[in-house]
Amino acid sequence: MEVDEGHQLRSPQPASLRLWRDDSKRLNRRLPPGPVRYSQKGMATTGNTNGAAGLDSKPGSRPATQQSSKPGAQEGFVYLPLIAGWLVPGAGHFLLRKWGRGALLAAAIVGMFSLGIAMQGRIYGGASDILDMLGLAGDLGNGLLYFVSRVLGLGADQVQVTTADYGSHFIVVAGLLNVIAAVDAHNIRTGRKS
Amino acid sequence: MFKPSHFAAVVLFALFASVVFGITQRETPKRMIRYGIYCFVLFTGSAVALSWIMFLIAR
Repeated sequence: MEVDEGHQLRSPQPASLRLWRDDSKRLNRRLPPGPVRYSQKGMATTGNTNGAAGLDSKPGSRPATQQSSKPGAQEGFVYLPLIAGWLVPGAGHFLLRKWGRGALLAAAIVGMFSLGIAMQGRIYGGASDILDMLGLAGDLGNGLLYFVSRVLGLGADQVQVTTADYGSHFIVVAGLLNVIAAVDAHNIRTGRKS
Repeated sequence: MFKPSHFAAVVLFALFASVVFGITQRETPKRMIRYGIYCFVLFTGSAVALSWIMFLIAR
């Protein structure tokens, strides 16, 4: 149990805390007469934001969830896996040394994008109406794949056959899946996911 | 030009989406595989079921 000085007293106050406070004031008079604030381990306070993971750890030491991760993954720019994963599918996981996951994600996303291009799917370049804006937002999720295919002129300008419509949706969904994968890499980087 | 059938497109879509969902939504490899298979079955199964429903409605 910890006592922080200079803050408001929380109410209602449990009887055990009230007794503890009275005892401490009686035994040593180091506490100021002003209001005090009690906090316990496990509460979401500064220095104890890891919840149950930090209960068994010694004061000043890192929690077990962070101790088990590799030290290289916890250094550097925190948003680098997110940005790298967006630009190149799977790169965020590669940066975090998740080779298998990164390879599978890259194969799935690049494969889906490539099949969309092979089906003569449309790559959205402008935002003339709301549906085009949504399609453009989805396509932009592909990162460098989108920009390279725009530069090379891949895909079709107009959807004329049924498979081209499938292809357009494959490209958009590949971009959305890439965003999910990039956010997953960011979650691994921040320790939210193992 | 690649011209898959509608069902082949559904299966390919379900395969790729299930891989990404399985990896990103679960933590352990075993649960990733199980969730990926679960998503794949749901994708393809719901597409087949909805196709039959629409077929029966259209008759």
